[in-house]
Amino acid sequence: MDKDLEKIKNSALSELENASTVDEINTLSVRYLGRKGAVTQYLRHISSLPEQERPAAGKNANQVKKILEDAIKTAKERLEDIREGSESAGIDVTLPGRPALQGTLHPITQINRRICDIFIRMGFDIAEGPEVESDYYNFEALNIPKYHPARDMQDTFYMSDNIVLRTHTSPIQVRMMEQYAPPIRVVAPGKVYRCDSDLTHTPMFHQIEGLLVDEKVSFGDLKGVLTELVHQVFDTETSLRFRPSFFPFTEPSAEVDILCVMCRGKGCKVCSHTGWLEVLGCGMVHPAVFENVGYDTRRYTGFAFGMGVERIAMLKYGINDIRLFFESDDRFLRQF
Amino acid sequence: MKVSLNWLKTYIPFDIDASDLAEDLTMAGLEVEALYNRFEYLDGIVTGRVADIQPHPKADKLKICRVDIGTKTVSVVCGAPNVAIDHKYPCALPGTRLPGGLTVEKTKIRNVDSEGMLCSEAELRLGDDHSGLMKLDSGTSEGTPIGQALGISDIVFEIGLTPNRPDCLSFIGVAREVSALTGKPLNLPETAPPKNSGQINEFTSITIKNPQLCPRYTARLLTDVKVAPSPFWLQDRLLSIGLKPINNIVDITNYIMMETGQPLHAFDFDRLAKHRIVVQTANPGDPFTTLDGKEHKLTDDTLMICDAEKPVAVAGVMGGENSEISDSTARVLIESACFNPVSIRKTAKRLGVNSDASHRFERGVDPEGTVYALERAACLMAEVSGATIISGVIDEHPIPSEPQPIELNTSKTNLHLGTALTQAEMQRFLESVGFSVTPLDPENLSVVAPTFRVDVSRPEDLMEEVARLWGYNNIVTTFPKTSTQSRVPERTLSLKEIIKDQMAGFGFAEAINYSFTSKASCDRLRLPAAAERRRMLDVLNPLSEEQAVMRTSLIPGLLEAMGKNLSHQVKNLRLFEVGKIFLSKGQDQLPEEVETLSALWTGLRTPTTWQIQPEACDFYDLKGVVESLLASLYLDNSSFSTLPAEACHYTRVGHSARIQIGATDIGRIGEVHPQVLETYDLKQTAFIFEINLDRLIPLIPEVKMFSAIPKFPAVSRDVTLILDNFILAGDIVNSIRKLDESLLENVHIFDLYSGDPIPKGKKSISMRLTYRSATETLSDQAVNRIHGHITDHLIKTFNASLPA
Repeated sequence: MDKDLEKIKNSALSELENASTVDEINTLSVRYLGRKGAVTQYLRHISSLPEQERPAAGKNANQVKKILEDAIKTAKERLEDIREGSESAGIDVTLPGRPALQGTLHPITQINRRICDIFIRMGFDIAEGPEVESDYYNFEALNIPKYHPARDMQDTFYMSDNIVLRTHTSPIQVRMMEQYAPPIRVVAPGKVYRCDSDLTHTPMFHQIEGLLVDEKVSFGDLKGVLTELVHQVFDTETSLRFRPSFFPFTEPSAEVDILCVMCRGKGCKVCSHTGWLEVLGCGMVHPAVFENVGYDTRRYTGFAFGMGVERIAMLKYGINDIRLFFESDDRFLRQF
Repeated sequence: MKVSLNWLKTYIPFDIDASDLAEDLTMAGLEVEALYNRFEYLDGIVTGRVADIQPHPKADKLKICRVDIGTKTVSVVCGAPNVAIDHKYPCALPGTRLPGGLTVEKTKIRNVDSEGMLCSEAELRLGDDHSGLMKLDSGTSEGTPIGQALGISDIVFEIGLTPNRPDCLSFIGVAREVSALTGKPLNLPETAPPKNSGQINEFTSITIKNPQLCPRYTARLLTDVKVAPSPFWLQDRLLSIGLKPINNIVDITNYIMMETGQPLHAFDFDRLAKHRIVVQTANPGDPFTTLDGKEHKLTDDTLMICDAEKPVAVAGVMGGENSEISDSTARVLIESACFNPVSIRKTAKRLGVNSDASHRFERGVDPEGTVYALERAACLMAEVSGATIISGVIDEHPIPSEPQPIELNTSKTNLHLGTALTQAEMQRFLESVGFSVTPLDPENLSVVAPTFRVDVSRPEDLMEEVARLWGYNNIVTTFPKTSTQSRVPERTLSLKEIIKDQMAGFGFAEAINYSFTSKASCDRLRLPAAAERRRMLDVLNPLSEEQAVMRTSLIPGLLEAMGKNLSHQVKNLRLFEVGKIFLSKGQDQLPEEVETLSALWTGLRTPTTWQIQPEACDFYDLKGVVESLLASLYLDNSSFSTLPAEACHYTRVGHSARIQIGATDIGRIGEVHPQVLETYDLKQTAFIFEINLDRLIPLIPEVKMFSAIPKFPAVSRDVTLILDNFILAGDIVNSIRKLDESLLENVHIFDLYSGDPIPKGKKSISMRLTYRSATETLSDQAVNRIHGHITDHLIKTFNASLPA
């Protein structure tokens, strides 16, 4: 590049850098790019150059012109920003914004969805059933005849001798099996009712029931599915133990304890210092239940499980009083 | 079931740590829910050396002792005759609770300070000597807790037994499980009643009239009985598991029941008419007074133990006052019987009695265990009360138990459990808990369950035994190999969740209220007598009046929630609930369950901020929520119509609307009726809606079809009309729509005004009508023509005028 042109460019740029008002920039703009400006003069002088130098010189001069035009624009914008940003002109960004509407879903709804989603990914369907149930679906079909001591395991609300508020979501198992032939994979969330009210019990609460029936389903499979569930609801560090128990509609039956999520097994108030928390009941579907719905017990086996949603929500969110779920206290509901 | 380990050790000598045993039992299905040292109270009682004795200035029999308890010396007023200097006694310090219930306190006895209590053996329940202070070994150092000094402790397990394991409602039953877990043999008490004179058959007879209800009845007779308090060891055993000692005879029946699981009953033989026992059902209506002093009316299916004239006990549930053991009883008939579980449960439920006996009979007792328990009781009574046992046992056994062999297939079991156990291993597990097992072939075992395992009848029951003895946690975790076939998901369920999401999106918090409500809620909602919502389903056994019926509306729950929140100073509230209401079809029918969405809005329209002046919410705020919700569900044919006054029960007349989709009535919306607000003691206006989701959801289109983005510009024209106040905006819009102008795209009401200069009784309403053609840009001329036509139509139809 021509030395003169180089000089013009450099001096223009350094002057622009030091300009502190728009007026100064305008003056510079005229001085360099105006009709009598240095760059314009230079361009005019190109015609006096030898023929072979003209194209290169023209190209260089135009390049410089472009550079200076851009630099002037940038310098103006910079000054504009400084002006906008000065205290007198800006807004107070620390004032609170206008709140967008924000509602909340009940923690039970959220946990229900979380658990159902896990099962949906495993290929389970979702079903629901009536909350007021016949004695047959709530008890008889589940191998709990009238006058069986197992009825003491669930304090029942009665509407009549034959109509009850369902004490568990297990009747949905029977309704599903009556409706569909195997294979069946279904989970059923819903409200259940027991005649019990104290610090740790509410007369209404929520359960999620699960049922899988197919050929060659084993207790090991049940362990696999529930282990996966617990790991996805809590985390993979949460170990499980299966302990023999009794439900009339499963055989073998088990209770599932998880390592206390609060103390990780060290023992605390939440786990009554046992290190374990009971969260699920489960087992292999009792052949009597299959007989009641007309399934071939030689061909099919299956497992069923049920869990209390409040219990899981309490552990998950650290809620210490089950009654809070049903008090519709805005200060509680809006936390989730 | 409480189990004292000291007692348990008399049947099975084990040396594992109590907490390890608790863990092992829990993992074998006998859940140990709690465990405690029943002598823990001894920790608060320390060894004290009497350093000095002074007479009490105001009482001859009392002494003031200076007692050295190691850390300090305390002053104790003591009345025991044997207190002596330099001897060591148990000293209970203030705050200690003694087993009798007394809490030791710092006190003044006749004006002299007493800072503790020196105790007798009986006071510490360590023996029955209450004649004087309990002397401690002189080598015991002062301050040592008594439990430690005497080496006394007894861990008690509280086992939460499932109803299938009545065999473990006894010490021997639990000992059997411990034996299976530890491999140590059981050590059962011998029973060999001495041969004596006489033959029981000469004294009494047993007749069973209902063998189905009483398959076995055995009895023994004792004479020369001396009824007295039980010896200390026996009382201690009973107290260790929370039973109250009564007298030696009754205590032994309880002791043996706890030992063997077989409930026993002792009759005063001389109070039995003709010294006979007849087992039969009751005469309906007969009164009978049980041991607890309660009188019951009997029914014809109640099995009774009778003498020759009258009932003397409710079989398997509770004895009668009329044959009860008393201090003067000299001859005792011991009953050890088997009763039908269903019959016992029915009776116990009806009489409202849950005795230790009925609890066991309901679940099933070992039909082959009756005689053993009877012999044990007889021997112990002879030993404890000095009685003579009359020779012979009566054993009426009309229906003998016939244990059926069950076949257990090895492969099936392994398949079912997901295990790889050998036939021999399965055999070993089953034998360890008393099953007799015979291999039929390499694949099959023939298994006979012991008679005390009344819960075992199918191969699956055996599989459970195998699984629990192998250990559930040893079963390898696998995943089901199942088909990937799936059913079309139920739309209702996902739409319900979408509706919840929308409501939360509109700023509402989801509530879940109880499905029960009070009977009075219908009155509170001002529902007329014939209202459908009065079809309430009663809960026969409610926990309270407030939860006596199933709700037929979500509104009461939301209003109550509003009340609670107002009382917490939460005055701006947006709540919604999705849940079922229940319309009764009669108490003995399943009700109609209707999935319902309800919402309540009260207080401010928007949160107060530094910019926004707070304004109360109104009908149109909540209506906007409904409109937006329906629009989000692609329902574009919703309409709202004024709810007639007679249909406004809990909503305010003139401020309530019916919500329809097409011709389907889906719910209502309105301001809560002022009287309802008053009933619920709510001091601010609220707006509510209730929508029947079972009606709404089927109307929701599965997909929304795309409409092309318009290519040509729209043209808008405004029109302002002055018309009568009572004319509804909806009617005006409908009237325009009915003209079916194909180029009219939208009608938008943008202003409503009444007051000067509009004449009284009139209002001005301004609308913006948007026109558009799908095929061309509309000319002014064309638009003016249509707009003029519509304007003329409105002027004519509503007797309207244009503004001057």
